[in-house]
Amino acid sequence: MSVLVYCEVSGGSLKKASLEALSEGKKLAGTLGGAMNAVVIGNGLDAHFEAIKNHGAEKIFAVDAADHDNYIPEAHLIAVTEAAGQAGATVCLIPATTRGRELAPRVAAKLDAGLIEDVTGLDADGGQIVATRPEHAGKVYRTVKSKALPMVVSTRPNNFDAVANAGAGERVDLSIDFTAKAKVVETRKAGGEKIDVAEADRIVAGGRGLREEENFKLVEDLAATLNAAVGASRAVVDTDWRPHSEQIGQTGKVVSPTLYIAVGISGAIQHLAGMTTSKTIVAINKDADAPIFKVADYGIVGDAMEVLPALIAELKK
Amino acid sequence: MNIAVLVKLVPDTAAMIRLNAEKTGIETRDLNWVLGPYDEYAAEEALALVEKNGGEVTVIACGAENNVEALRKTLAMGANNAMLIKRDGPSDQLATAKAIANVIKDRNYDLIFAGYRATDDDSTALGPMVGALLDMPCITEVSKLEVGDTSLKAERNIEGGSEVFEANLPCIITAQKGLNEPRYPKLKGIMMAKKKPIETIDADAGEAHVETTGMTYPMERPAGKIVGEGAEAVPELVRLLRDEAKVIE
Ligand SMILES: Cc1cc2nc3c(=O)[nH]c(=O)nc-3n(C[C@H](O)[C@H](O)[C@H](O)COP(=O)(O)OP(=O)(O)OC[C@H]3O[C@@H](n4cnc5c(N)ncnc54)[C@H](O)[C@@H]3O)c2cc1C
Ligand SMILES: Nc1ncnc2c1ncn2[C@@H]1O[C@H](COP(=O)(O)O)[C@@H](O)[C@H]1O
Repeated sequence: MSVLVYCEVSGGSLKKASLEALSEGKKLAGTLGGAMNAVVIGNGLDAHFEAIKNHGAEKIFAVDAADHDNYIPEAHLIAVTEAAGQAGATVCLIPATTRGRELAPRVAAKLDAGLIEDVTGLDADGGQIVATRPEHAGKVYRTVKSKALPMVVSTRPNNFDAVANAGAGERVDLSIDFTAKAKVVETRKAGGEKIDVAEADRIVAGGRGLREEENFKLVEDLAATLNAAVGASRAVVDTDWRPHSEQIGQTGKVVSPTLYIAVGISGAIQHLAGMTTSKTIVAINKDADAPIFKVADYGIVGDAMEVLPALIAELKK
Repeated sequence: MNIAVLVKLVPDTAAMIRLNAEKTGIETRDLNWVLGPYDEYAAEEALALVEKNGGEVTVIACGAENNVEALRKTLAMGANNAMLIKRDGPSDQLATAKAIANVIKDRNYDLIFAGYRATDDDSTALGPMVGALLDMPCITEVSKLEVGDTSLKAERNIEGGSEVFEANLPCIITAQKGLNEPRYPKLKGIMMAKKKPIETIDADAGEAHVETTGMTYPMERPAGKIVGEGAEAVPELVRLLRDEAKVIE
């Protein structure tokens, strides 16, 4: 029994979600009684081996070639299945990032293995996988047990801790044969040093209660003061005040930052589905009966246009 | 163009989800069922392409009989043909993907659309799985698409940016919000959809790879407190965030 963890390198950096998956993989391998290995693909990977090793990988299967500056889904699939074959992996763990969400089902199909997507809890029992995952955007959670191995499991980012573990970190270079059926021809970075809501530790989200697009300046200022990302309700995404990449909720992103500040957001069930697992929730809303206050740890009843400037000033003190 | 759209019936996203008495599944009585919100984008894109380039749209659902409702909704939007792949047994993504791949492989579709995720199981798996089974490219979470005669260009958002893909046809695309504005069915379409035949194919139940051991609700958040009203409450809020919640320095 062994566990193989896919480590995602994109935009030249090793995703934090990979370290989280490695840490879970190490625990799982311990319970199952086997080794944990890793697989990584990209161009110029040397810089990342230390971190992968220090998160417990025994072998690190690597496809390191200039072809892989840009993402080629097929190559990542072949790299994982090839490494899984060589390592005799019985469980493949893949972080459920945008890329992982499509890679995991492909790997499952190729290995003819079961798939459990986007898990928030992972364990083993009697040689089988036991995993918990949110469904209906977190309105309920399901716990499932595998019937047979191999299994492919994707782990929700920002949910598991990344903990250091010593591993042998032996590098095994793989050469793979693939046909690029689809490939990325251009990767764009979001403007400036913007933090993505899906990866942010703090989020300030605004809704229709801001009344005008210009008033989002206050949300941006508060976010900048807190080093937070900006989020939005669907109401303000649908009016084009904010891009869909910032939408939080059932048809947007599901987030669980340490601090979530909801400003002028009523707290519709679809919005709550995306943020109630945040550690601390603050709501600012002029309606004391707004449902958002039911999930908020701290609330201020008031006009956002007065409260936000005061809050920014207080934080800057 | 010969285009297929994969659709699924899901509970309305506004629904309160309750668990059944055994806590092994959700209580389905009293739920309002709708066409998957992302499947609407998928269907719209297919219909718009056929309006522009000619061809036919076939909508496909795999599962229990009630999925006919999802098919009728897309027929009402204007789809030409509908197919129900009947599969009983526990839901399992790989088993469903195999049943769908089995049918699709002989039908020469130029493009296949699916939602990027079904809002019930939230698994985001089906499109890429069918792609891998058929050795066909699949581009997921697409919010912008340009289709040419033999190839396409697709854009999607990723963490902190976006990616532009190129692929040759045939190709599977999973639809994210932003791709288009789905049309509302017109009364005439709804009437016609009721009369259109639905091709039914029986599929193997296949194997389930996992079994549910239990379901739970998320941890209830303890009741919070209203710190106060207006700007006056701000200093106390900041103090609480620092000293009690310890989430800011
Ligand atoms: C299929 C489907 C999927 C959906 N998915 C999502 C999703 O992913 N995410 C999402 O967010 N929504 C989603 N929705 C929409 C959701 O139902 C709500 O319509 C939406 O969340 C409302 O946004 P809002 O809270 O900004 O606006 P509103 O509900 O209009 O609330 C505005 C709030 O601002 C307050 N307010 C007004 N003025 C001020 C002021 N000056 N200062 C302070 N507060 C003020 C009001 O009291 C009110 O509570 C979805 C809906 C459907 C049908
Ligand atoms: N049983 C099914 N029949 C047809 N299409 C499906 C089925 N399940 C999922 N899909 C399609 O695949 C998408 C993603 O579903 P999922 O992988 O379940 O999140 C959905 O939006 C549908 O387009």
